[in-house]
Amino acid sequence: MKAHLTRRYWFSASHRLHSDAMSEEENRRTYGKCNNPHGHGHNYAFEVTVSGPVDQATGMVCNLVDLDDFVHAQILERFGHENLNTLQAFRRRVPTTENLCREIFEILQRGFTAAHLEKVRLEETMMNSFEYAGEAEVRR
Amino acid sequence: MVYLTRKAEFSASHYYHNPQFTAEENRRIFGKCNNPNGHGHNYTLEVTVKGEVDPRSGFVVDLKQLKEILNREVLDALDHRFLNKEVPEFATRIPTTENIAISVWQRLQSRLERAQLHRVRVYETPDLFVDYYGE
Repeated sequence: MKAHLTRRYWFSASHRLHSDAMSEEENRRTYGKCNNPHGHGHNYAFEVTVSGPVDQATGMVCNLVDLDDFVHAQILERFGHENLNTLQAFRRRVPTTENLCREIFEILQRGFTAAHLEKVRLEETMMNSFEYAGEAEVRR
Repeated sequence: MVYLTRKAEFSASHYYHNPQFTAEENRRIFGKCNNPNGHGHNYTLEVTVKGEVDPRSGFVVDLKQLKEILNREVLDALDHRFLNKEVPEFATRIPTTENIAISVWQRLQSRLERAQLHRVRVYETPDLFVDYYGE
């Protein structure tokens, strides 16, 4: 029997939305306040959904300790209390929440092997959230 | 197709232990959850059913009936119980959030008439939940 397990985490970070492919005026028009050169920050919340058969011996899709350890080391340590624009991942990509959501998904997909990665859902504020499931459709 | 979700809450205690593991393995795999005296959670349950809207009633499912079934088959059995000791399926199955979601699905599935069960979601805490789609 296959179950989907979702775990929720938080981190805070700053960013500035600015694209080198646009003029100053176009950047201001496209990103508005988010283009402020000094940046601004958010409390991001994100959910990781993994799936797999429920192991008869443990009753688990995967051990939560393994997922928590991976997320703490690879995601919360990397992004928590950082300026996203200064990180390697956002040298060439604008640190929008779309791109951050995709980046978190890709880190998990590359490194977390204890269960199948279904989806990452990222909340920038309580009003905005983004979901990414790679090539797959997001399941409801 | 319309999807309808009904929410419910129950509080219960449990612990994780597999008698086929050694005491040391149980401690290593299950950590604090292996304490044999148990610990508890306020669980939140979301049951989603799907179906076509009945043209006469305008309902996918009679919510009053769904609520009764949910109360009788699930909440009466799980609420304020020690799951390992008082709920028959958890005598042989570890009452993890995964297995609770499966159990809720199995308890409801055969009782629903018109609507089809789509998803059972069980929150153990606000930052941990499991979805089961009957697969």
